[in-house]
Amino acid sequence: MPLLRVSALHKYYGDNHVLKGVDLSIEEGEVVAIIGRSGSGKSTFLRTLNGLESISDGVIEVDGEYLDAARADLRSLRQKVGMVFQQFNLFPHLTVGENVMLAPQVVKKTSKAEARQLAHQMLERVGLGEKFDAYPDRLSGGQQQRVAIARALAMSPKVLLCDEITSALDPELVNEVLGVVRQLAKEGMTLIMVTHEMRFAREVGDKLVFMHQGKVHEMGNPREVFAAPQTPELANFIGAVAQVG
Amino acid sequence: MDFTLWDIVRNLLIGLQWTVLLSLVAFVCGGIAGLLLLVARISDSGLWRALARGYIELFQGTPLLMQLFMVFFGIALFGIDVSAWMAAAIALTLFTSAFLAEIWRGCVESIPRGQWEASGSLALSRLEQLRHVILPQALRIAIAPTVGFSVQVVKGTAVTSIIGFTELTKTGGMLANATFEPFLTYGLVALGYFILCYPLSLSARYLERRLHAPA
Repeated sequence: MPLLRVSALHKYYGDNHVLKGVDLSIEEGEVVAIIGRSGSGKSTFLRTLNGLESISDGVIEVDGEYLDAARADLRSLRQKVGMVFQQFNLFPHLTVGENVMLAPQVVKKTSKAEARQLAHQMLERVGLGEKFDAYPDRLSGGQQQRVAIARALAMSPKVLLCDEITSALDPELVNEVLGVVRQLAKEGMTLIMVTHEMRFAREVGDKLVFMHQGKVHEMGNPREVFAAPQTPELANFIGAVAQVG
Repeated sequence: MDFTLWDIVRNLLIGLQWTVLLSLVAFVCGGIAGLLLLVARISDSGLWRALARGYIELFQGTPLLMQLFMVFFGIALFGIDVSAWMAAAIALTLFTSAFLAEIWRGCVESIPRGQWEASGSLALSRLEQLRHVILPQALRIAIAPTVGFSVQVVKGTAVTSIIGFTELTKTGGMLANATFEPFLTYGLVALGYFILCYPLSLSARYLERRLHAPA
């Protein structure tokens, strides 16, 4: 039984049909990289998985949580599906430690002492234990993104969604964030990431999903897919990315 | 009977106290009501949003004087005897709440969308998002315009003289009639408002500069 299953997912923005029947199933511990051109629907798709985008038709199931166009228990779904954003979105009025402590305290009613201990552990995990009392604006982009990861991990999600989490970073800061993600993958975390880091997707990913015009156009083992794309669209895309990268 | 300048000033000071008290009541009660109104105004329920919007537009789109009449004479229609003081406090509270809710909505909407998305993704409910993430940040932006608006509340209390509430303006009117010195009396009344309002304006400007300066 897969941890996450998406079937016949459709999404309209008004008349614009952005997701045209996406089917995908993901096992526990799998690392999935979603690639595609901008406008292919990959970010929208990712954001439907924790209810940030509503869906027009279809079903999403995550570890027993069930979401469709009519009903969604977002509170329990989101406790199982964490998310990290391109722009970090740390809470600027809270310290790094408080950022991590907030959701466990408010949502899970964890005591302050326990939440503090948990936050220390999570920050250690991303290598930022010593930044507990700093405010986010004192941190580099890479450090902020690692705090955002720690903040998501503190809710012990079953799946972590990563939406282009290195795209807003200066090049020299990308690796420290990817290093944390690599470590999470090694520890067995289920990861779904929309990414432009093709090399990283090939190296760490178990499954590569190429989205094109609102559909999963091609999918498979990253090494095989990159080596021998089956569709001209993917071949073109890989070619275009290779030229830039 | 002759009035000395001190007699005039002494009586005006008594009126001024009522102006200050009415302003404080209107501001505090209006602030609490405005906060509830704000929550309704940005709720994800369309019904609440529409109700709050209707309320705000009603009170922003009609003169304060009419609102005061509506409260004063409207409540009396139900056979309830309402004092001028009560009617003034209620009308100004309603007026203040509508404006504060709208000022604060602007502040809430200036908080980046990512803050809502990040806190929502951590499974916080809408009220929890507001309470822990959005309002603390919006508050900082809201302080200066809120203090600025308090000037409007203080000046707004003047209309309550019409229904016979003896605040500063009403006291001034009575004194002008008794002393036959309207220019002097109303000049002092104006000075009284200025003494209340100018420090508020100054502090709004100061806070604006301080809180908006880059960290």
